[in-house]
Amino acid sequence: MENRPLEYDYTVAKMFMFMAIVLGIVGMTIGVVLALELAFPGVNTILGSGVAEFTNFSRLRPLHTDAVAYGFTLSGIWATWYYVGQRVLKVSLKESSFLMAVAKLHFWLYVLVVAAVVVSLFAGITTSKEYAEFEWPIDIAVVVVWVLWGVSIFGLIGIRREKALYISVWYYIATFLGVAMLYLFNNMEVPTYFVSGGIGAWYHSVSMYAGTNDALVQWWFGHNAVAFVFTVPIIAMIYYFLPKESGQAVYSYKLSLLAFWGLMFVYLWAGGHHLLYSTVPDWMQTMGSIFSVILILPSWGSAINMLLTMKGEWQQVANSPLIKFMVLASTFYMFSTLEGPIQAIKSVNAIAHFTDWIVGHVHDGVLGWVAFMVIAALYHMAPRVFKREIYSKSLMNAQFWIQTLGVVLYFSSMWIAGITQGMMWRAHDEFGNLAYSFIDTVTVLHPYYTIRAVGGLLYLVGMFMWAYNMYKTATAGRAVEEAELKNASPMGA
Amino acid sequence: MFHWLEKRPFLFAVGVFVTIAFAGLIEILPDFAKASRPVIGTKPYSVLELAGRHVYIKNSCNACHSQLIRPFKAETDRYGHYSLSGEYAYDRPFLWGSKRTGPDLMRVGNYRTTDWHEHHMKNPASVVPGSIMPGYPWMFTNAADIDTAYAEMLTVKNVFNVPYNKPIPTKDGGTVTVKLPDTLDGAKAEALKEAKAVAADMKSKEVKDMVARGEIPEIVALIAYLNSLK
Ligand code: HEM
Ligand code: HEM
Repeated sequence: MENRPLEYDYTVAKMFMFMAIVLGIVGMTIGVVLALELAFPGVNTILGSGVAEFTNFSRLRPLHTDAVAYGFTLSGIWATWYYVGQRVLKVSLKESSFLMAVAKLHFWLYVLVVAAVVVSLFAGITTSKEYAEFEWPIDIAVVVVWVLWGVSIFGLIGIRREKALYISVWYYIATFLGVAMLYLFNNMEVPTYFVSGGIGAWYHSVSMYAGTNDALVQWWFGHNAVAFVFTVPIIAMIYYFLPKESGQAVYSYKLSLLAFWGLMFVYLWAGGHHLLYSTVPDWMQTMGSIFSVILILPSWGSAINMLLTMKGEWQQVANSPLIKFMVLASTFYMFSTLEGPIQAIKSVNAIAHFTDWIVGHVHDGVLGWVAFMVIAALYHMAPRVFKREIYSKSLMNAQFWIQTLGVVLYFSSMWIAGITQGMMWRAHDEFGNLAYSFIDTVTVLHPYYTIRAVGGLLYLVGMFMWAYNMYKTATAGRAVEEAELKNASPMGA
Repeated sequence: MFHWLEKRPFLFAVGVFVTIAFAGLIEILPDFAKASRPVIGTKPYSVLELAGRHVYIKNSCNACHSQLIRPFKAETDRYGHYSLSGEYAYDRPFLWGSKRTGPDLMRVGNYRTTDWHEHHMKNPASVVPGSIMPGYPWMFTNAADIDTAYAEMLTVKNVFNVPYNKPIPTKDGGTVTVKLPDTLDGAKAEALKEAKAVAADMKSKEVKDMVARGEIPEIVALIAYLNSLK
């Protein structure tokens, strides 16, 4: 046996890193535009009323959600997979030209899908289902992309040297399987062009399910798309990157086991919490509610496991902005997985559902947890894939504080907005009439919408700082030796 | 035991899959067995209404408007009777929405008129001062896609047995029949007939001229759809 360390191949990891940065900026720019449109409706026609069809809130909103979830987040997940996968399985992509080709195909086909999605959503070609807006031709392409990733996962596992699968790999496998199952079921649709013998738009389809059943399948999917895109793979990341960057071993193996299998078992049951007080059967709503509360356990299991990994090493949090990102990410993860179950309690949901409080919950999760973790992971990877030190520590520090302020402004304003709105909708006057007309409950939100837009803007500024820092790292960072890359990432001033 | 599993990726993956799929099986299957049946008065969409529904979807109106009235006094006071499962029997896809930036629209046909929608869709703030809804002026010139609506009607009739051309019981004890024409030209003629009825209540000269020429602007289809929501 030779003792030389493996030469990992990060070509594909780099390509996905690039996509994550680009799509992160695109998606969040659209987010800021949306926020501004709600605060100042004139922004809907900012590029002139001629193109308002393509710049107004409703046409843009699915572009935002898909760009950040399936653009930014998925790219981040894949960038880390093509980095972490090789390292924990102790095998290099160089060793298999087949897997290398699959990985590249995976990337390029994904880019094509992204392009198709952008065009189709701007054109208003959508199935209307949240997080599943794509029409059938794109769905088929998505399935192919997904299968390619599966081949890559199980292919690498097949030729691995390290026999035991590290915790992160469990979570990547679960992401792969979970999304595959959900996506297939939820996107069952009948293309109308073929059934009608060639009439109308060729890409149009009609859902396999109707009404209440359609809603049930959609939110069984929707909730778990959140689970398997915004939670499971992000946990995969933190289990690898936090111990690596801090040089600490994972606090408890038993706890990771418990948290993993607990999460897998409980998550799927909780979808019903999106449909409380709707027309789906009561027992499902109740199950959704109860399992949502139970979900705190496995969620906090992982988060606490991560925080305790830092035990005795808290000075690192003060010293390293990279550790700060990750520690705050797991804190926000705890925060949103406490908030979620509270919102899933039926009487709370009666007020929270349909309001900005949900939007606030979404964004403390995605901004504080998902995006922070992706940012941190890619920062940690940069010196290793470019063999250069991170360009600027102080810039990273500034980014951290600006974005943290952004998240805080975002969720606190949306909390107030949501609860205000929920209470006003249900308020009755002394004669038992509704106290407010609907428009009263809209105009009252203006200050909060403005604060949210400011928070979003700060966060976006942070994204640009990240892009710049990463770009400078790749092109101008001080070159570093392998020996400097063991744990804490080397950073320039 | 778990250490053992972690060295066997295939079994591990099977284990994960079974654990994840378990809840789905239990939650989804029983309800599907008794798929919801239409309540009295629920009828499938006509050609023009369906084309209007497509306009609603194309512009993601569901991003801001729900179509689900929950069983609370505050909601039934504001929007009407709470939603019943059977009322959605012909909704493919469902359009419940998840965020109420604007009011619920499940029964908007009960309390708004063609005329009101016409002005509101062009410039919402002129009808509801302070509204943050964007205007949708392009709907007054874009043509509605009748072909695709017709294709969808044929599809749901053939695949899901949606009762077009069959008597459907109404709330007052009578019946109505929603027509599914035999040919695309027949469907276009039917849509134009419905469109003329809507346009008659509208002010816009542009729209009236288009309909007179035999063209159907998106706004007319959309209003037909909104009026059908009851
Ligand atoms: C224990 C964990 C969690 C529970 C029980 C939970 C519960 C909930 C509840 C009750 C809703 C509102 C449903 C409604 O009334 O419309 C919701 C919405 C949502 N949550 Fe969570 N949540 C959890 C964790 C998370 C995390 C960690 C994230 C993301 C990082 C997240 C992302 C979302 C998203 C995106 C939605 C909005 C879906 C939509 O309406 O489009 N959740 N969650
Ligand atoms: C600069 C940062 C961001 C801003 C300003 C922003 C803004 C917005 C706005 C204004 C909405 C529409 C809310 C409404 O309909 O009332 C929205 C929805 C949403 N955004 Fe963001 N966003 C940002 C970043 C992100 C990121 C990074 C993600 C995910 C990784 C994300 C995921 C979502 C989701 C899932 C929804 C739908 C929520 C729901 O249906 O309840 N956003 N965002």
